[in-house]
Amino acid sequence: MTATSTPVSNLPAGAIRHGSSIGQPLTRRDGPLKVTGQARFSADNLPPGTLHAALCVARIAKGRVTGLDVAAAEAHPGVVAVMRPGHAPALAKDPDAKDGPFTFRLDLLQNDTVRYANQPIAVVIAETLEAATEGARLLAPTYAAETPRIGLDAGDVFTPPSVGVGAPATESDGDVEAGLASADKTIAATYETPAQYHNAMEPHAAVASWDGDRLTLYMPTQALAMSQARLAGLFGIDADDIHIESPYLGGGFGSKGVPAGPQVLACMAAKLVGRPVKLVPTRTQMYGPMGHRGPTRQTLRLGTDAAGKLTALDHHILTASSSFDDFFEPAGRATSTLYASPAIAIRHEAVRLDTGTPLFMRAPGEATGSVALESALDEMAHELGMDPLEFRLANYAEVEPLTGKPFSSKGLRECYRRGAAAFGWAGRPLQPRQTRDTDGFLVGTGMGTATFPALIFEGMARAEIRADGTGTVELGAIDMGQGSWTALAQIAADGLGIGMDSLTFRMGSSDLPNAGIAGGSGHTATAGGAIHAAAGDVIRQLSDLATNDPASPLYGAGNAGVTAADGRLTRRDDPGRSEAFTDILARAGRSSIAGQGKAGADPAAQAAYAMHAHGAVFAEVKVDPDLGQIRVSRLTGAFAAGRVINPRLVQSQYYGGMIWGLSFALHERAEMDPRTGRFLNDNLAEYHVPVNADIPAMEAILVHEDDAVVNALGVKGVGEIGITGTVGAIANAIWHATGVRVREMPITLDKLLG
Amino acid sequence: MRQFDYIRPASLPEAVAAGQQPDTAYLAAGTNLVDLMKGGVTAPARIVDITRLPGLSAIERLPDGGTRIGALVRNSDLAHDAMFEKTYPMVAEALLAGASAQLRNAATVGGNLMQRTRCPYFTDAVSPCNKRAPGSGCAALGHATRIHAVQGWSEHCIATHPSDFCVPLAALDAVVEIAGPDGARAVPLTAFHRLPGDHPERETDLRPGELITALRLPPEAESFRGHARYLKVRDRTSYAFAVVSAAAALTFDGERIGRVRLALGGLALKPWRVAEAEAALAGQAPAPEVFARAADAALAGAKPTGEANAFKIELARRVAVRALTQAAAGTPARIPALPASPFGIV
Repeated sequence: MTATSTPVSNLPAGAIRHGSSIGQPLTRRDGPLKVTGQARFSADNLPPGTLHAALCVARIAKGRVTGLDVAAAEAHPGVVAVMRPGHAPALAKDPDAKDGPFTFRLDLLQNDTVRYANQPIAVVIAETLEAATEGARLLAPTYAAETPRIGLDAGDVFTPPSVGVGAPATESDGDVEAGLASADKTIAATYETPAQYHNAMEPHAAVASWDGDRLTLYMPTQALAMSQARLAGLFGIDADDIHIESPYLGGGFGSKGVPAGPQVLACMAAKLVGRPVKLVPTRTQMYGPMGHRGPTRQTLRLGTDAAGKLTALDHHILTASSSFDDFFEPAGRATSTLYASPAIAIRHEAVRLDTGTPLFMRAPGEATGSVALESALDEMAHELGMDPLEFRLANYAEVEPLTGKPFSSKGLRECYRRGAAAFGWAGRPLQPRQTRDTDGFLVGTGMGTATFPALIFEGMARAEIRADGTGTVELGAIDMGQGSWTALAQIAADGLGIGMDSLTFRMGSSDLPNAGIAGGSGHTATAGGAIHAAAGDVIRQLSDLATNDPASPLYGAGNAGVTAADGRLTRRDDPGRSEAFTDILARAGRSSIAGQGKAGADPAAQAAYAMHAHGAVFAEVKVDPDLGQIRVSRLTGAFAAGRVINPRLVQSQYYGGMIWGLSFALHERAEMDPRTGRFLNDNLAEYHVPVNADIPAMEAILVHEDDAVVNALGVKGVGEIGITGTVGAIANAIWHATGVRVREMPITLDKLLG
Repeated sequence: MRQFDYIRPASLPEAVAAGQQPDTAYLAAGTNLVDLMKGGVTAPARIVDITRLPGLSAIERLPDGGTRIGALVRNSDLAHDAMFEKTYPMVAEALLAGASAQLRNAATVGGNLMQRTRCPYFTDAVSPCNKRAPGSGCAALGHATRIHAVQGWSEHCIATHPSDFCVPLAALDAVVEIAGPDGARAVPLTAFHRLPGDHPERETDLRPGELITALRLPPEAESFRGHARYLKVRDRTSYAFAVVSAAAALTFDGERIGRVRLALGGLALKPWRVAEAEAALAGQAPAPEVFARAADAALAGAKPTGEANAFKIELARRVAVRALTQAAAGTPARIPALPASPFGIV
């Protein structure tokens, strides 16, 4: 890829604070381990005596398993056991029981029912992976198949009780019909997004071993404590007796937010055979029990007055969940927060299909919803004869439209300005199909607004300063590729006032304090906030020792009167008076000072403010006028997301988000045969994501944004927002290049042939 | 694990002898065969590993002006062979447009001819498929996708052949050299792959025990080197099979077109070459309407197998016209950074 290789070149001058770790573009601390193969991912662990398990999965989407040739599998050399309904460890909790929106029903061989293609129906455990794999094949299941419901037209439409994780299915403010009736111009358009699969490079592996009622598990997860709780409930054991190691993830994207069925099956298999068991699903087996992004069909109706001000914004979403559980893609969320309109209505409806249950996947809701919203905005701008950026500025939301709350901070205007300037947006023709390059390709440009909520969850951390001046910070945080090992350590070093070299930083284990879920782009706020609080607790105790000690040069400074940096406490009002941590501890006769801290949402701030990151993405595409072949030639994004902990990693997150957006716009689509419910492209050869050669010159601009309200560190999430503006920007650029408005993602060349 | 015999013959006659046993597959790089075995699509009882056979890895110019390419030559080695790239630029470009760099480093030219269709109903190992389980039916009928055929299909099979490499080879009248129990023989590539007809399970002209030993490009193939192009339209820039592709090669007699070669990929179970299309161009001055006539002839009789692939007929016409236009304009001085892409303009 040809992404800008100077990651700090366009950073605001104030972003880097010299003398501290926060703000420095450090490279990944785990990078050398990963590129030399020394980083141990879950499936790299092989405790002594480990057996291998292979899944046997359903090749129908609805019906029953009527037969398994267990004898054939058991007779195969090396096969130790065949776990199946009626021959599996008893569970303490019904896997179909639903405790709350974060508890998803699992297929754990509880019966012979098949609810979706690739559902696990048996597990073969053997001395070798090869024997287990062959044993699974020898089971040769027979079925009583029923006609599956596949596709948004296949089910009965209903209104779900909630969407996403507990968000209302229906929201409105003002009278949309009146707003449309009084409008000078109206448009209505329907957009479709397909089912998509996370396709993290690392499968949902698990290596499980039991010691009595204690479980040790090497398993990639985005949420250690939530995984412990789920497994504890299923196995009827104490959560503290479950030890999960998850130091590195080969991608999660939401699919590792909750334990997947096959990971629980590995634990059951280990219990059944009384030996450690390793289970790594195949790529194909990940299309089913691991979650996916549900398909959507979205209808937008917009009305504007003659000046281009919105009079009504109506967003109807049809999406799908499985036949047996609830997750409804909350595609209306962006519409509730992005543009000012006197009347806004958002309504989600759904059908139930014979697929696995959808799950959160990379900007759930905002990704799908902003495709429709940003396309519709573009269509309306064209109707009005307005520049799409001008149209967005004319409807800029000064307060959050649905709630009327002020934003804790909102640098979107600056994102528009800087993004447009860097991209060269000005002077673009309003009409489509106006521009060709010297090779004759149609050239078009488009833009989209990016938005994602600034979430924070509950998290805890421990910190310590020792007599030798070194420190430790530890918590059950997760690095799924976003760079937590580095960015959180930077927060830890600054919090303790020591250099990175003096810091021992631990994370990725359930033995450490619960740092919440690495999801919702909220992990730096959550885990970082907990670290900040824990380190602050240590520094507070240290200052107490010093400022109450007449022998200290800091005596009498008071707690708020000192700062910690470079292993010293220094008086705020007199930088000449300072004392080293080592001296303070030595005089006090202390070997160390330990502290703890936690982070979480501030209900008062949440009640008073809307908190979101924003951005603007600009895309240039080239399209072959005869062949329809599309090439994104430039992508520029400008994002304002609070304080930047590590500009290199943040920029990398924006690149990743924008590439995901390109993938959404041009490539991704899970195809199923509606007759059988089986997948036609459940592999990485045929389920397309972009290759390097598809990725153009990219630029990610970090727009400075101070936010004293959002959380203690002033950070907003950067993981998912890059997707949200990009899909619409590319779709709009393709229209601008060709004059063809494609409303069904992905935009493939056949849709442009005319 | 699933048992099969693994045989590693030391010589070609030993290989042929071993290959005559029923239910036997020859193994070269295995980039396709091993995947199919893992997926349960095919389960040979015997694997004859030919990768160490002597004498099958050379690229050699022949006294008559042609070129012989040993069956075990790796795709990458062939594409980057200086003589080959200069002499047969559209073949080299097609090679570099196929698969991924990693696969090209492993895959052999003989294996390329032998690769199986990517029809999802063939590779899923359970759907009715007359290729995989003769007589079971064709699940693709009734739900054809964009990869399915619009030329040469039958009611028993609508699969396509996925190779890029074979398309320009077919255009250039490449010959497949074969060793077998009855000795050596040679078959034109255009006759090597079979259309499905009533027997989709019979994919090639190979008889039991026969083995590809080499590909031969005839002397005439070199004459197109100044006006040849392979063009591939696909859903992403690398590691994607062609939606439609075309190999076009021309010679000129002054301002007029002399000899013409045109083969299309992604349409059928073999590279699609139509004599009438080539004849339509001979003696003509190059012009869009002339190329369009040839393209129409190449697409004569095309029929979609579903809504999802109807567009391929018009797309193939346009790809053929573009490839002919580019060939007429002259072979690029070097293979573009995006090989075979419409955006691969040097």
